Amino acid sequence: MPTVKGDGMRGLAVFISDIRNCKSKEAEIKRINKELANIRSKFKGDKTLDGYQKKKYVCKLLFIFLLGHDIDFGHMEAVNLLSSNKYTEKQIGYLFISVLVGASSDLMKLVIQSIKNDLVSRNPIHINLALHCMANVGSREMADSVGGDIPKLLTSGETIDSVKQSAGLTLLRLQRSSPEMIPLGEWTSRIIHLLNDQHMGVVTSATSLIEALVRKNPDEYKSCVSLAVSRLSRIVTASYTDLQDYTYYFVPAPWLSVKLLRLLQNYPPPEDPSVRTRLTECLETILNKAQEPPKSKKVQHSNAKNAVLFEAINLIIHMDSDPNLLVRACNQLGQFLQHKETNLRYLALESMCLLATSEFSHEAVKKHQDTVITALKTERDVSVRQRAVDLLYAMCDRSNAEEIVGEMLEYLESADYSIREEMVLKVAILAEKYAVDYTWYVDVILNLIRIAGDYVSEEVWYRVIQIVINRDDVQGYAAKTVFEALQAPACHENMVKVGGYILGEFGNLIAGDPRSSPLVQFQLLHSKYHLCSPNTRGLLLSTYIKFINLFPEIKTSIQEILGSDNNLRNPDVELQQRCIEYLQLSTVASPDVLATVLEEMPPFPERESSILAKLKKKKPTATAEGGEEKEKEPRTIPQAQVSTAEPAAPVPLQPVGNTAPAANTGGAIDLLGLDTAPAPAAPAASSGLGFLVDVFGDQPATNGVDDDSLTPGAEENFKKFFCKQNGVLFENDLLQIGIKAEYRQNLARVGVFFGNKTTFQFTNFTSNLVLADSIKSAVSVQPKAVDPVVDGGAQVQQLFNIECIDNFTDAPLLKISFTHSGQMQKLNLKLPVIISKFLEPAEMNSEAFFTRWKALSQPEQECQKIFKAQFPQDTEQVKQKVLGFGLSILQGIDPNPDNFVSSAILHTRNQQVGCLVRLEPNKQMQMYRLTIRSTKPEISKALGDLLETQF
Amino acid sequence: MMQFMLLFSRQGKLRLQKWFSAYPDRVKKKTTRELITLVLARKPKMCSFLEWKDLKIVYKRYASLYFCCAIERDDNELLTLETIHRYVELLDKYFGSVCELDIIFNFEKAYFMLDEFLLGGEVQETSKKNVLKAIAAQDLLQEDEAVESALKEYGLY
Repeated sequence: MPTVKGDGMRGLAVFISDIRNCKSKEAEIKRINKELANIRSKFKGDKTLDGYQKKKYVCKLLFIFLLGHDIDFGHMEAVNLLSSNKYTEKQIGYLFISVLVGASSDLMKLVIQSIKNDLVSRNPIHINLALHCMANVGSREMADSVGGDIPKLLTSGETIDSVKQSAGLTLLRLQRSSPEMIPLGEWTSRIIHLLNDQHMGVVTSATSLIEALVRKNPDEYKSCVSLAVSRLSRIVTASYTDLQDYTYYFVPAPWLSVKLLRLLQNYPPPEDPSVRTRLTECLETILNKAQEPPKSKKVQHSNAKNAVLFEAINLIIHMDSDPNLLVRACNQLGQFLQHKETNLRYLALESMCLLATSEFSHEAVKKHQDTVITALKTERDVSVRQRAVDLLYAMCDRSNAEEIVGEMLEYLESADYSIREEMVLKVAILAEKYAVDYTWYVDVILNLIRIAGDYVSEEVWYRVIQIVINRDDVQGYAAKTVFEALQAPACHENMVKVGGYILGEFGNLIAGDPRSSPLVQFQLLHSKYHLCSPNTRGLLLSTYIKFINLFPEIKTSIQEILGSDNNLRNPDVELQQRCIEYLQLSTVASPDVLATVLEEMPPFPERESSILAKLKKKKPTATAEGGEEKEKEPRTIPQAQVSTAEPAAPVPLQPVGNTAPAANTGGAIDLLGLDTAPAPAAPAASSGLGFLVDVFGDQPATNGVDDDSLTPGAEENFKKFFCKQNGVLFENDLLQIGIKAEYRQNLARVGVFFGNKTTFQFTNFTSNLVLADSIKSAVSVQPKAVDPVVDGGAQVQQLFNIECIDNFTDAPLLKISFTHSGQMQKLNLKLPVIISKFLEPAEMNSEAFFTRWKALSQPEQECQKIFKAQFPQDTEQVKQKVLGFGLSILQGIDPNPDNFVSSAILHTRNQQVGCLVRLEPNKQMQMYRLTIRSTKPEISKALGDLLETQF
Repeated sequence: MMQFMLLFSRQGKLRLQKWFSAYPDRVKKKTTRELITLVLARKPKMCSFLEWKDLKIVYKRYASLYFCCAIERDDNELLTLETIHRYVELLDKYFGSVCELDIIFNFEKAYFMLDEFLLGGEVQETSKKNVLKAIAAQDLLQEDEAVESALKEYGLY
């Protein structure tokens, strides 16, 4: 046991040793529980404890808390220590409060009283103790009740330096948490003049405070600029012996220098010429010093010196007014690009991004293009490579775009997965922005798809189609290139999509060449058909119908495909419907009608690139515009940051078919333009499904359900609730039914909202929850009755309190009936109360996870499913679904970051069951493997069946 | 400003945590876990800075201990490395060749030292001499008390 400093608390040291000697987590917990019981009994006991004992026990509690255990007592004893007249007891009391007592605690009033007492102590050490506690807790209540005394303490001539220092930063903390609590108007000038204080420590502390105040109120503090410049000047020109202990490894006051340079970045370049000259001299001196030979070989020396240098460069970039300084800064950073320290290379790349946005230094940055490209290829740390990508993006303009885009494309082939998507976006943006020749642009995008197809988001390939459609000079080239690209034996599905779309529009432009005759084009596309997802197949079917219009000579071959059994009876309703409709259209419509309906798409309205929007959304700071438009604001350069990827943006532009139901689209052109497909299952049949349905006269029945069979669409809507609690369960022309549910452990409160969409009353309205025999013993329901009359336009609510007693698989059935304008209406819906709703996410570390995983190794405890993805395998969306399902997302457990590992506890009245889940997406195959383990085989299976339907 | 500072061992055991803003306990635990995993996975020659959410992480390893700070976007990374170093120097001077065990057994001292050096997430005093002087003054008070209680024990006070 090492020696304990100061007044040893022997009991504490023994306890810490005991904990360290524990061989297992269990032993540790046991020891801790024993200690907690001991302390609890001591605190509760009749014998009054002396200060030393209290201090010792409070300290032990603190130690236990810092090990990661919850502490729910001892707070009062800690507060008692605050009023002890022994310093060490008071100190431990304050430490406990700072670490463990939240600002909202009931005890805060007592704490504040002690702080008040200590602030007026004659002993500065006691005053500082109180100040430190305030700075650590920083609550509004403190600001309100004692904050007002701090400015005086800070500026009074009586106060000793160390107290001033603490007071400055305490005031800063209180300002941050409750800025309006402490009016500083009368103190402004005195606070600013702290910059002139004799004591460097006071200036160091005050500068941080002033910077925070300046940010809120720059005008009021304007006079700090000249003081800051002169202080900086004195430091920069000081020899390293002048400042004694404030010199750090031969660098004079690096912390204060950086703070002053930061402070000045809140203002434009000084107006007063003498101040301005002095500042320029400072900055030049700092740049000059960077060229001097180092005074020490220690890394601390170079770090401190360069910290000041980088901050000076930030200020130079912020002022953006002195070309000489900007170019010098750029040259200095250029030297760092090849420095042996990784840290310096990283920072140089980052700072240069800012310089690239200044018109004065943009050209100077470009000189380093080759070095940056080398960095991209050779850096061993991905975070440095990422900076290189950012810099290339920032320095790109019309003159070097082709080269930079080329290099980025080349690098993309071997780039880290973590930065690929962002690189794809950047390449796509640069190619579009600086394209002079749009054939180049088309080549770049097709290359992107070829090299990194999985990372090409919808925005990117939508955009290339938009541009090709809007620019007729590139259409022939696009058709030819995409046709060639499709000839590769294996090409990415995105390539098939772009190819399908472009050939459907412009295939005729290359049809003259026998090598790409209509039939060859069609056969080439169709050879990919069976390998594609339903979405893409839908798009290809639209291409085929367009081909019938473009190339009447291959009509029969296409009709054969459309009419094939496989298509007409396809289990995917979307595909089935397209085939039936397109086949009918090609049969019944005259060539004129066909030509009108299948006309070339009109140009898209010009708008901001959706890709740029996506990049911005991905990283809100990434708005830097290279080239002509310059961002003046510093620090708004593309910062690669993949971890915060947001869910994919709703796509503003949809040139190709998706499967969203479009029940109310009235116009026939809308339906047939490749835009949206009619939805066969859409329940709202009565409001004119439009042209197609009328033509084929096949109106699906939406109502008049008998007995227990489900209303059409009920199953689909039911499934949508697996990963969410609230939403619309059903909607037709008469009625909308919404669900709002809350779950706590094994209890649920489900509100069902019935909205009458008509202007007439519903009468005889009933809504009953029916439990199948299989679940009667597993679920208990307390329904509330609902009023038999629902007025037109009104909404009524029905509440169900549900308790989960045991595992169940069938959902309760919600049977609704009512009379509307004399007609009886019946609906049978599934209420989305399923077993997974009673899951509670659980957190655990990898050790605990694997221990439990291994413990559940009997075959029947595991349920594994391998299935095809129904939805795009977007990581963020999958994550949201997993969370929505009631599972946790555990990080750092699965070595493959694409996989999801989760744990949860299932609460039923009879039992609580721990569940472990692993979901492994395979993006290449568009498959998932799902593995669930729990102690109860039937629960593993039930969860597996539910989860399988969601991805 | 610095948002928080974490000290943890190569085995991933948290040795010291200092939060300069109010975070809920749940977030603290999650953050700690994430960062320990992230930093321990990094190789020796890698850059000492990384982006994490909207913060920058600056870390450095001293023997068996990692010092890991989260700073804001416009804070200075290199200087943060030296802030860490200065804290290590302070501990070293105080304990005399500080090791992980010193910090485990005297965690409260490590906190007191930190309060003298950093306050509200900003550097308060960079002079090693001044910080150590402040700590020495505290120790002096406690020694007086120790003498006093010893005397009391023998009935001499």
